[in-house]
Amino acid sequence: MTTEYLVLSALLFAIGALGVLIRRNAIVVFMCVELMLNACNLAFVTFARMHGNLDGQIIAFFVMVVAAAEVVIGLAIIVTIFRTRRSASVDDANLLKY
Amino acid sequence: MEPAEIIPHSGGVIGASWLMIALPLLGAAILLLGGRRTNAWGHYLGVLMSLGSFVVAVLAFLQLAGGRYSIRLFDFIPGIADISLLVDPLSISFCLLITGVGSLIHIYSIGYMSHDPDRRRFFAYLNLFVAAMLLLVLSSNYVGLFIGWEGVGLASYLLIGFWQFKPTAAAAAKKAFIVNRVGDFGLLVGIFLMWTTFGSLAFGDISGKVGEASQGTLTAIGLLLLLGACGKSAQLPLQSWLLDAMEGPTPVSALIHAATMVTAGVYLVVRSGFIFEGAPTAQLVVTIVGVATLLAGAIIGCAKDDIKKGLAGSTMSQIGYMMLGAGLGPAGYAFAIGHLITHGFFKANMFLGAGSVMHGMNDEVNMRKYGGLFSVMKVTAVTFIIGYLAIIGFPLLSGYFTKDGIIETAMHHNQILGWLAVAGAGLTGFYMSRMVFMTFFGKRRWDSEAHPHESPAVMTVPLIILSIGSIFLGGYLVLSNRLMLFLAPAVGRPEELPVFHWNSVAGLATLALVAVGAVLAWFKYGKAEVPEVAPRGSFVTVFARRDLYGDALNEALLMRPGQWLTRIAVFFDNRGIDGLVNGLAATIGGSSGRLRRLQTGFARTYALSILFGAAVLAGALLLVGNL
Amino acid sequence: MPWLTILMAVPVVGAVLVALTPKGNDKLAKQLTLAVSVVVLALTIAMAVQFSPKGDRFQFVETYEWIPRFGVHYGVGVDGIALVLIALSAVLVPIVVLASWHDADAPSAKRSVKTYFALLLVLEAMMIGVFAATDIFLFYVFFEAMLIPMYFMIGSYGGAQRSYAAVKFLLYSLFGGLLMLVAVIGLYVVAGKNTFMFPELIGAIQDPTTQKWLFAGFFFAFAVKAPLWPFHTWLPDAAAQAPAGAAVLLVGVLDKVGTYGMLRFCLELFPDASKFFTPLVIVLSVVGIIYGAIVAIGQTDMKRLIAYTSISHFGFIALGVFAMTNDAGAGATLYMVNHGFSTGALFLIAGFLIARRGSPHIEDYGGVQKVTPKLAGVFLIAGLSGLALPGLSSFVSEFMVLIGTAERYMVPAIISASGVVLAAIYILWMYQRVAGGPTAEPVKEFKDLNGRELWVVAPLIALIIGLGFYPKPLLDVINPAVDHTLVSVQVEKFTPAIAEKGAGQ
Repeated sequence: MTTEYLVLSALLFAIGALGVLIRRNAIVVFMCVELMLNACNLAFVTFARMHGNLDGQIIAFFVMVVAAAEVVIGLAIIVTIFRTRRSASVDDANLLKY
Repeated sequence: MEPAEIIPHSGGVIGASWLMIALPLLGAAILLLGGRRTNAWGHYLGVLMSLGSFVVAVLAFLQLAGGRYSIRLFDFIPGIADISLLVDPLSISFCLLITGVGSLIHIYSIGYMSHDPDRRRFFAYLNLFVAAMLLLVLSSNYVGLFIGWEGVGLASYLLIGFWQFKPTAAAAAKKAFIVNRVGDFGLLVGIFLMWTTFGSLAFGDISGKVGEASQGTLTAIGLLLLLGACGKSAQLPLQSWLLDAMEGPTPVSALIHAATMVTAGVYLVVRSGFIFEGAPTAQLVVTIVGVATLLAGAIIGCAKDDIKKGLAGSTMSQIGYMMLGAGLGPAGYAFAIGHLITHGFFKANMFLGAGSVMHGMNDEVNMRKYGGLFSVMKVTAVTFIIGYLAIIGFPLLSGYFTKDGIIETAMHHNQILGWLAVAGAGLTGFYMSRMVFMTFFGKRRWDSEAHPHESPAVMTVPLIILSIGSIFLGGYLVLSNRLMLFLAPAVGRPEELPVFHWNSVAGLATLALVAVGAVLAWFKYGKAEVPEVAPRGSFVTVFARRDLYGDALNEALLMRPGQWLTRIAVFFDNRGIDGLVNGLAATIGGSSGRLRRLQTGFARTYALSILFGAAVLAGALLLVGNL
Repeated sequence: MPWLTILMAVPVVGAVLVALTPKGNDKLAKQLTLAVSVVVLALTIAMAVQFSPKGDRFQFVETYEWIPRFGVHYGVGVDGIALVLIALSAVLVPIVVLASWHDADAPSAKRSVKTYFALLLVLEAMMIGVFAATDIFLFYVFFEAMLIPMYFMIGSYGGAQRSYAAVKFLLYSLFGGLLMLVAVIGLYVVAGKNTFMFPELIGAIQDPTTQKWLFAGFFFAFAVKAPLWPFHTWLPDAAAQAPAGAAVLLVGVLDKVGTYGMLRFCLELFPDASKFFTPLVIVLSVVGIIYGAIVAIGQTDMKRLIAYTSISHFGFIALGVFAMTNDAGAGATLYMVNHGFSTGALFLIAGFLIARRGSPHIEDYGGVQKVTPKLAGVFLIAGLSGLALPGLSSFVSEFMVLIGTAERYMVPAIISASGVVLAAIYILWMYQRVAGGPTAEPVKEFKDLNGRELWVVAPLIALIIGLGFYPKPLLDVINPAVDHTLVSVQVEKFTPAIAEKGAGQ
């Protein structure tokens, strides 16, 4: 019965990853990252259930904390970039190269 | 007869014979370090130190009485060699020659160099030379000998290049040193071979063990020592430096390049007699080299118009005689040394005479611009002619006895060598007569500015003393075998003492040929007019004028390939080795430059690569898990 | 008294003081540096006279634990070999300070004058440390740390291409050092004695294959450092671009660490591997001797020429080390010292010439002898020492190396001996072009040696001549140490083909 949860988790993760790869808008990319994180959370929780211990659940909490922190910092960065460059496209933010 | 034992000694004059070396060394040090302060009296100090050495040498000679004494001075390289002296008849003969003739040349130089602002430095170098030469002949082992050997090379270098500002002088000095170094290389390797064979480098030790060594080893050592001797004594094939060495001031040519240093090779061969006597092949090569050089030198002497170069060719030739004598074993040693001593006198005499002529002729060296000088410089001319008669072997003069002894011994040993030596004597008769006729007789062909005059007494007195030696010394040394008996404790002697015959075939043939040579020279250069510009001459003349193409040969065989090799090596070093290293650096730099391009700045590229990496990792894990 | 620690501490403290001198007062910094280096020299002499050649192998030993977990110690001590090399450094530094008095003043210098002199003192401490270290880890630390001051001295005060030269020098040395680090760790692990102390590690590695690998790691580092052919190309660049004083320390002392390392570490730690690699090393050395000399002949830049002669000389030293006879080993050690003096003198005097003319190119000179006889005279003496003229110090060492090599390997000895001819060519040809011939126009304004320069040259010349005639004091110190080394290597002593009479009975 838990297999379906894992399949769902994998699907969500794949959608998230695809979104990160192909979307240009930073906000959408960001949301896709969140989606991936939550897909992972789902997998963790599922595994916790499967193995009958709490390790996965605890890690899920950690992930949520990290995700929250990431949102705070990430959104702040995106907003700042948008303010200076008038664009939220990740392709425009390619100054850090070679 | 075998040589005598060497006895350690410390007291008396012999024990103090290190003073002979120390005095001129001190003189050189004072003059070089003292700088300009010593300008006023420096030359007197130089003469004094040289005379001091002479006095010590005479005293040691008087005390010697045929003994062989070693005097240990100090440890040099522990386990290999110390600095110690060997005072025996052979070394003391050389000491007397070096300090005696050396002092005369010192005195002469006071006059000759009086106008040179650097006279003090000149005397410093002369003193340095005397010290080094004495170390060479007095040392009791090959290491000390080698120090002196290179020391005289240094002094010779400094003195040939004394007028450094003349490019020819600087080049000649360098050439002399380098060619000498080729010989030194041979001597050095010979020393290695003696060390690995005998485990000692002292003359006494080696001569004691020489019987146990194989003949092949001894031959190798002998040939290597001969290479050293060839370098120092300007024997074929290392003769080319001597003619150029005439760039030095004339007293230098007299002292170093005629009387003493160039005879060091003969000393080496005689001193190492114990090696050569065990290696007949090496001895044969010595005699061949000697004969080849005596002929080559004589031929060169026939064609030179430069008086000093003519004398230099003659020096080569005479040393060839000595080499020949030295290669003949105990029977020849005394004659070789005898000829060396008398040659020291008459050749120094003639070189100084040539210097005196040049002094009066504004340093002109071309004999075609001389002529008729007899009447204006009588002392110089007379002493020069005495030297001339001595060298051509005019009966009863010095050269007659000593050269005849060598020819006679060679004739006993090997007819071919003997007759070639006789032929050389004939050539000597020709080229020396040519020199005398061109210089002192015939029409005056002076330049308009030349005002030839006799030199001051400080220059002529040494000439007179030397010419007295040129007359009597040979007879004194050779008749009743005085020198042979005196040297016997040091070098041994043949069982049968030679008896002097005035009417032997070789002796008469020599006299006849010399006379023919002299007469020919008279017809060509005495009676006939000497053209002021040298005629082109036959190919033989050109051949001789070009020093038998010795320089051309060296240049074609050594210098040019050497230059190419140098250029190739430099190119290889810059482009090859360094190029490889720099190329490696450039490759690494270039590839990292290309690798850098992967950092595009697009977040999705990075994301993709992360995904890709994750996929690979996952795949690898799955694969490992399945195994 | 902890002599060696004091010897290292004094220059370090001195360097700090020099660095703290007020800005703009360069003279104070220079005088302070000179004073400190003279104090170090005095201390070294005081230590050297207490050294007893017949006593323990290592003397003035100090050992403290440094990193106990890995058995790393602060271990210092000297035997005869290390002692003479420390003495060499201590003698050269004051001379170099005096000679470089104005080197750092040049407007092209990138850093301040006092920095240069502080670096010089730091370098001195490192040089003493590297020879004194008896702990291999400590040796490695000094071996690498030495590069830092030298890198800055070349890179900040050198000639036109200084950055290139400095980086090249650093990269070469680091690369060699890295391999050595691997070998050092390997030695520690394989020996399994939980210590880096050199005396305890002698004979610790018995397996031949392991020995070979570890030997290779050490040897490569030392071959780059020395430098042996074909790892030499950094030296001409570095020496030509470095200021004359730094070049003296670079070639005179720093490079000796390479040959010293071969003698001390390669031979004793890996005797079997050393014997295995001897043919290779001898070939490299002989090639280096001849090759260095030939390339030197073709140089047009005085400093590069001298650098190439050094490559030739390092070939002699390595040859002497690997001939593994007492005479050659002692000769090689003596050569390290003598080479420091004679090449040091050559570099400094070439530096004087370049300071006057502003060009290192030989063709820009001519007729120097006529204008400045003293300068030309000392140039000639230093040059003659470079060509190993008997009576000057390098002859003794070259002779010992060659005769010692001949005891075991005749053919390499003969080929190397032909280097004496090449040496005469490169030195005398340079001298002829610089000092002989007609006086070049710019040379006419040359001034002869001034007082400071005389004080630089006089001690060197005195040492060159003094040691040339009486090398015994040094050899008495060196010989027992070399004998000891060769006993660890277990080589047969030389016996001549014809043994002593009566010895066989």
